[in-house]
Amino acid sequence: MEHALSDADAVPRSAFALEHASKRYGNVVALDDINLDFATGSTTALIGSSGSGKSSVLRLLLGLEWPDHGCVKADGHVLERSRLLALRRRVGYVIQDGGLFPHLTALGNLALLPRHLGWSAERIRQRAEELAALTHLPGDVLERYPAELSGGQRQRVALMRGLMPDPDALLLDEPLGALDPLVRHELQDQLKLIFDQLGKTVIVVTHDLAEAAWFAKRLVLMRKGKVVQDGRLEDLRKRPADPFVTRFVEAQRHLPEASP
Amino acid sequence: MTAAWRTLGALCLFLLLPIGVSAEPVRIGSKQFTESVILGELARETAREAGIQAVHQRELGGTSILWTALLHGDIDVYAEYTGTLTHELLKNVSPDADIPTLRARLQPLGIGITDSLGFNNTYAIGMREDRAASLGVHSISDLLAHTDLRFGFSNEFMDREDGWPGLRDRYGLTQTQVRGLDHTLAYRAVASGAVDAIDLYSTDAEIPYYHLRTLDDDRHYFPRYEAVYLYRLPLEQSAPAFVGALRKLAGRIDQSAMQQMNAKVKLQGENENMVVANFLGIRAQRDDSGFWSRLLQRSIEHIKLVALSLGLAVLLAIPLGILAAHLKRLGQLVIGLTGILQTVPSLAMFVFMIPLFGIGTWPAVAALFLYSLLPIVRNTHAGLVGIAPELLESAAAQGLPRSVRLYRVELPLATRSILAGIKTAAVINVGTATLAALIGAGGYGQPILTGIRLDDIGLILEGAVPAAVLALLVQGLFEGIERWLTPRGLRIEARQ
Repeated sequence: MEHALSDADAVPRSAFALEHASKRYGNVVALDDINLDFATGSTTALIGSSGSGKSSVLRLLLGLEWPDHGCVKADGHVLERSRLLALRRRVGYVIQDGGLFPHLTALGNLALLPRHLGWSAERIRQRAEELAALTHLPGDVLERYPAELSGGQRQRVALMRGLMPDPDALLLDEPLGALDPLVRHELQDQLKLIFDQLGKTVIVVTHDLAEAAWFAKRLVLMRKGKVVQDGRLEDLRKRPADPFVTRFVEAQRHLPEASP
Repeated sequence: MTAAWRTLGALCLFLLLPIGVSAEPVRIGSKQFTESVILGELARETAREAGIQAVHQRELGGTSILWTALLHGDIDVYAEYTGTLTHELLKNVSPDADIPTLRARLQPLGIGITDSLGFNNTYAIGMREDRAASLGVHSISDLLAHTDLRFGFSNEFMDREDGWPGLRDRYGLTQTQVRGLDHTLAYRAVASGAVDAIDLYSTDAEIPYYHLRTLDDDRHYFPRYEAVYLYRLPLEQSAPAFVGALRKLAGRIDQSAMQQMNAKVKLQGENENMVVANFLGIRAQRDDSGFWSRLLQRSIEHIKLVALSLGLAVLLAIPLGILAAHLKRLGQLVIGLTGILQTVPSLAMFVFMIPLFGIGTWPAVAALFLYSLLPIVRNTHAGLVGIAPELLESAAAQGLPRSVRLYRVELPLATRSILAGIKTAAVINVGTATLAALIGAGGYGQPILTGIRLDDIGLILEGAVPAAVLALLVQGLFEGIERWLTPRGLRIEARQ
């Protein structure tokens, strides 16, 4: 970690790490000998253009893909197939447009894992109502099917689904990518509040630098499977590691004056 | 959702339940032409007179089906011809072997043979009288001068050793326009002038009716076809009275008696049962089953065939489809193999099942089962493979084990496709099952077969119309099931 965050008082415990991880799909290099560490309770934004490998990081952390070289660690232990189910249940994963199952109602989507874990219907409903309040989702929406929900509602339900088992971490892959600007703006505010309120380890993937800076102090800019720069927004603006960083920063309009 | 799937599973099991257990009457078989059916009825009436319970499985198909069924013990008796025994069924036997010789040859096979019933139903070649007269054709040799004549021969005659190939070689015939026809249709073809000459059985009722000339076999090619009964030897112990009565029929039916009985059934539309009773001088056992009870009986047989084969196919094909969707290589193999099964002609598929399962319901169920596999396997595979990858990943990322993902996510999402496959299989099955009558499984195919044999459109419709109605009902039923089983969310999604 060349760019460890300076405001951490103690040495933070690592929730996830990639060590010399490489991954290629045929001839396409998705990740090229990458090292990243995500501290427990921290919020990190992975940014970069499409195909930079930022989504692959999440997929490797969840064991949806395995690195060709190097290793993935969760809580300091190398990821093993036998412990995959347990790991995934401690991590909420939210993707663009939600990935909700169309054959189940919103509540059915939320209940899928808890029911398998043996939760009572009562407990599932209580937890769902709790999360509906947290995400400002109207209660009657829970009985509807995904096809009957708006884009924003679908995204809220997807977030709730990730949060149902009260996971230690949230991995979000372009969670607001499919939304119109107004809804997107509203959800950015709410997500930020939720991240701060819950204090979970959060890794959010986005191609929007402003959104990334709104969510996280630590930004990881990726390009062609490598980390170009890992730091705060000011670092990217004032001390770019590479001309690409400057180009990427300048390509974004309406940046906030200072990071929150 | 799972409740619905469980219900479907229970439905499949329920469909498999009605496996009949039958008593053991003497089983008489007959081939798919009128004379054979009459002789079958004659044997049945004879058994009844002798106080033996007997059933007649009519119109089981061609020689090979009856012979195999007799050897396997699926039937006990059927009427055969000596020429067929010497030329087709027994190896290394002289073409003019007499009945005692045949008896000695059949004994090691566990088969007994009666003496000749009294008539020789040999093959012959026939032409329309006027056509033959204008060409000056009296004997088969006369055909040599007319190389452009068109022949229409029954499919069996085309292939058998003592049929067309041998005839061609013996006489040096060079005609090239030779077509395979169903025997009963051949008469109409020659009468209408669509073909010039056909093969005949010399006792056929149609010979005088259609004014046909039987050509003289001047080189004595056709062997003698004395009618006899073949029976399983154990019958001599289990039903000695019946075997005795059967033997007493020997010498009692001459050529013209047989031609008359054939004509009564075929041309005057009399019931085989009545004709036989008249001949024996006994009161006919009245066939008092009316149209509706016949229809009910056949519907039960037909639905049983379709339901059993479809139920079994669903039980195997859905797991195969799942396997194929998860293991790519194996998937290609499974779909390829079931595809090959589909290309086997349906009649051949039924006949292939006879050595394995005998005749009757089970070989028919097996053939229909094999036919049903492909649509279900393919649609299950397609339904699963077609699920959006992000949904599969969403399920995996939640930490749900494979089995839960399959039952709660993948199968429900593939429901429509799977049901469409089952529906296709069911509708195809209803149609194909009409062929099952050829191997003794009954159903709507029975009146169709009889109707074709007797050239009776009414009888054909008695089978064809209910089969079409059943196909429509099955289609409707599955559309209902689809509505009931398809998750509501998918229907809403499809509407948008």
